[in-house]
Amino acid sequence: MPPADHGTQKVAPWNDPKVRSVVFQFIALITLGFFFYTIFQNTLANMERRGITTGLAFLDHKAGFGILMSLIPYDETYTYGRTFFVGLLNTLLVAGLGIALATVIGFVLGVARLSNNWIIAKGAMVYIEVLRNIPLLLQIFFWYFAVLQALPAPRQSISFGGVFTLNNRGLYFPAPITESGFSYVLAALIVAIIGVVWLVRWARRRQEISGQTFPVFRTSLALLVLLPLLVFLAMGSPLSWDHPELQRFSYGGGGRLIPELMALLWALTMYTAAFIAEIVRAGIQSVSHGQTEAARALGLRNGPTLRLVIIPQSMRVIIPPLTSQYLNLTKNSSLATAIGYPDLVSVFMGTTLNQTGQAVEIVGMTMAVYLTISLAISMVMNAYNKKIALTER
Amino acid sequence: MKRITIGLLGAAVSLSITFGSAQAGTLDEVKKKGRLTCGVSTGLPGFSNANSKNVWSGLDVDVCRAVAAAVLGDASKVKYTPLTAKERFTALQSGEIDILSRNTTWTHTRDTSLGINFAGVNYYDGQGFMVSKNLGVKSALELSGAAVCIQAGTTTELNLADYFSQKGMKYKAVVFDTSDQSVKGFESGRCDVLTSDQSQLYALRIKLNKPGDAVVLPEVISKEPLGPVVRQGDDAWFNVVKWSFFAMVNAEEMGVTSGNVDSMKSSTNPGIKRLLGGDAGGKLGLNSDWAFNIIKQVGNYGEAFERNVGKDSPLKIGRGLNALWSKGGLQYAPPIR
Amino acid sequence: MTITTVNQPSLAPPATSVGVVGWMRQNLFSTPLNGGLTLLAAALIYLLVVPFFQWAIWNADWIGSDQSACTSDGACWVFILARMELFIYGFFPTTEYWRVDLVFALLAVLIVPQFFERFPHKGWIGLFTLTGFPVAVYFLLVGGSFGLEPVESGKWGGLMLTLVLAFVGIVAALPIGILLALGRRSDMPVIRTICVCFIELWRGVPLISVLFMASVMLPLFLPEGVNFDKLLRALIGIVLFQSAYMAEVIRGGLQAIPKGQYEAARALGLGYWKSMSLIILPQALKLVIPGIVNTFIALFKDTTLVLIIGLLDILASVQSAIVDPAWGNVSTEGYLFAAFSFWIFCFSMSRYSQALEKKLETGYSR
Repeated sequence: MPPADHGTQKVAPWNDPKVRSVVFQFIALITLGFFFYTIFQNTLANMERRGITTGLAFLDHKAGFGILMSLIPYDETYTYGRTFFVGLLNTLLVAGLGIALATVIGFVLGVARLSNNWIIAKGAMVYIEVLRNIPLLLQIFFWYFAVLQALPAPRQSISFGGVFTLNNRGLYFPAPITESGFSYVLAALIVAIIGVVWLVRWARRRQEISGQTFPVFRTSLALLVLLPLLVFLAMGSPLSWDHPELQRFSYGGGGRLIPELMALLWALTMYTAAFIAEIVRAGIQSVSHGQTEAARALGLRNGPTLRLVIIPQSMRVIIPPLTSQYLNLTKNSSLATAIGYPDLVSVFMGTTLNQTGQAVEIVGMTMAVYLTISLAISMVMNAYNKKIALTER
Repeated sequence: MKRITIGLLGAAVSLSITFGSAQAGTLDEVKKKGRLTCGVSTGLPGFSNANSKNVWSGLDVDVCRAVAAAVLGDASKVKYTPLTAKERFTALQSGEIDILSRNTTWTHTRDTSLGINFAGVNYYDGQGFMVSKNLGVKSALELSGAAVCIQAGTTTELNLADYFSQKGMKYKAVVFDTSDQSVKGFESGRCDVLTSDQSQLYALRIKLNKPGDAVVLPEVISKEPLGPVVRQGDDAWFNVVKWSFFAMVNAEEMGVTSGNVDSMKSSTNPGIKRLLGGDAGGKLGLNSDWAFNIIKQVGNYGEAFERNVGKDSPLKIGRGLNALWSKGGLQYAPPIR
Repeated sequence: MTITTVNQPSLAPPATSVGVVGWMRQNLFSTPLNGGLTLLAAALIYLLVVPFFQWAIWNADWIGSDQSACTSDGACWVFILARMELFIYGFFPTTEYWRVDLVFALLAVLIVPQFFERFPHKGWIGLFTLTGFPVAVYFLLVGGSFGLEPVESGKWGGLMLTLVLAFVGIVAALPIGILLALGRRSDMPVIRTICVCFIELWRGVPLISVLFMASVMLPLFLPEGVNFDKLLRALIGIVLFQSAYMAEVIRGGLQAIPKGQYEAARALGLGYWKSMSLIILPQALKLVIPGIVNTFIALFKDTTLVLIIGLLDILASVQSAIVDPAWGNVSTEGYLFAAFSFWIFCFSMSRYSQALEKKLETGYSR
């Protein structure tokens, strides 16, 4: 009996997995292409029939409306293109501040949740369980109107030592005005930062070679504070302060944190911190108890054990979910539109969209921006994750 | 499971999508559906406001009811779609609503670049300011440096910027999504001034906890002709909406009211005869009793005005610019002839 | 001679290490720092909690029908009770409330078995909750057939709308999510790329922009004359958004299945779809139930965003009620009520998912 010749046996093309896979992918591609083509055609036809203007020319048109808060110079005479950047920067501001604050508060809460002090542990638990089970939008509304109602009118402002002033128009603070020669102070600061980086590397190398430690933290702090301060004094204090003053309606001049920003930042931070706390708790618990015991056996006290042994190991577990919390916070900052904080969604997808009526372009641009921010955060965090990942021999 | 879900989605889609043939005009579509879909505000007393039983009333709502009465013979056959200022034009452009009657200002940009047509002016308005009484402000010229609450996505934002820069004054705009929120912002002291069309200020003032504590300043800083809006390129429907409103104004001018319209039917006045009978309706693609239905069920313009915003309403706004042309106002309807 | 050893009875532990005192010493005042923290926390709780309860319970007004009943300086719960119908049913016609009640009751009856370890036909009940139940809900709420009066979606609102949005969102997102997850792990590069792009796109943008797109741009994408209901448009946006998150959860489950299972399925001669639907998915889906519940909680909270596109969910109905001048300033009561309603649902669901997680836990916990 001749052996069955499997090699030359012909498989019908519709049964060949390779052919099927290619055909299937080809069909998927065609379907998708057709889908997008149809949508594109429909949109063009609809816009043409309804006489809706298309294109990005509107970005150069004069905007003609005011914006409550801007990090770059802006008034009514600027263009719609400018409103885009005003909104974008405001979004980045609240997202950046929110991420920093939520991380700090979240870590503190996560450690508190595992505290052996009963009341602290339970308090943290109640906080976490309450805050993360209530919609963020509701919290934003609540804080905004609660904060507004609790704060006094400008004439009855609360003053903190005559430096800060708090009322229902915001938190006022003296704004620094730089005079000539201040650039040298900035230069000194940059030199100090470079010095610190070098110092850290040098100290680490020295410790690896000789085992001697160097008080890096204290030296760096001194370097960062003293060097710019010396230059500052040497240049004759080239800085003055613009103090806010009470005017007809409210305070003018100086710097100001608007209540919309405070409420949004507060709500975003409190909400995200509750999630981060749970992530941190899970991360710490994932480190085997043997690590704690080993650290104790080496004679480390509670603080160093946590800081040098537990946290670095738990970071591997913490980073991936922490990344998605950062992404969530950034995306959630778009809820600003509900209370009138002028972020990208509120200014650009709100007012600008309504003044120009060009929905497709504006919504598209806004979504592209968020997508870019999200991908950027993911990339940074992935790089960090790779750096601290366990490298096994 | 998947198949059932898809089937379910299919069922939902097929039941909720309204297919209208591309060629059929809005008039035929409304007749076929037996119902008019009307875009209104999310709640503005006097213009379009729902009570706790979801019954809509107001001057803008009455335009919708008049059109429904003219086309369908029944003023109650209206489906109201509440829209925010941001959504209103896209809702109209997309065909989600047949007519937008939502205190919308007639401007050049809107008329020319949004693919819409304004079918008349049912309220001549102007932008004004409301301030808290204890500020002691008597004129808008004293407002430099004030924080101003506005509703997002309105012409108000642009007028405000124009006015303040023209007078060399500074302001801080606090922008809210809905008028309810802007009132709340004003009430909680977030801003010193609430700006909007004057009629709206009166309407919003009655939403305050203590309406007596706020005053509307005398200055009017802009022209705000408000009116119903339809899609561009559907002239038959444009005519129906336009003339439904004109019928209300003409009726007031001729003294035809919802109370006397039955007896007026036998009037010998040729103008009234053309209004309540004749072939005017036929030329619009409507029944000959179109105007009779409007006046019988909704009333003439004067009645609608007094009932919703005038002396019979909590707003108590005077006729002013909105009086008939023969009484020193601007309301002037072309003759039905 | 016998030696008898009599054991002295053991001494009782010192009074300071047992009972209330011992517990407090161990858990509250173990170190001076801890003691300080305890006192600080206790003072804080006292300052916050006591005035709150005084306002919310002891000094509150409960009975009445309008603002005149709110005379004390506590909370005015009369307002919540008076507007409860709006908060639960929206503007659903009063005569048709029984239909909504029936849906609520059905949901409760179907959910309860899932909390029991062994309940006859638990799996089938779960399957019906995801398939047959939505169909029944559709006919009950939309009406227009079986002699039921049609109720247009513009009249839906309150808790009922919130539940509909969340439930439909999750039920419709599940199958799409499964397909996307399978696609992302597929060997075919084109399919994989398409799925990755789809998932990352929706996960990278905020829900508010998705809802905005659904409400403003979707009509422009459709051919002339085709028009969706506003609620359906919002649902499409939610489902697209949610399916991307669902896909990632399910992908986690697929990755947790050992490779041997895939190979064993192949060895039995099963094709791709058969091996997935009979071997891999049943195991993977069971693993990710907690994850699905968690995304459901997230979605449930996110449904509040529909108020920005003008749908009257529970938060929006509270907001529209608190500006009613007939009631004075009741915003705190309104927001607290909304917060409490969401909290009850989300908290119980998260407890459920935590219990499941514990049950499925196979690793070692310390």
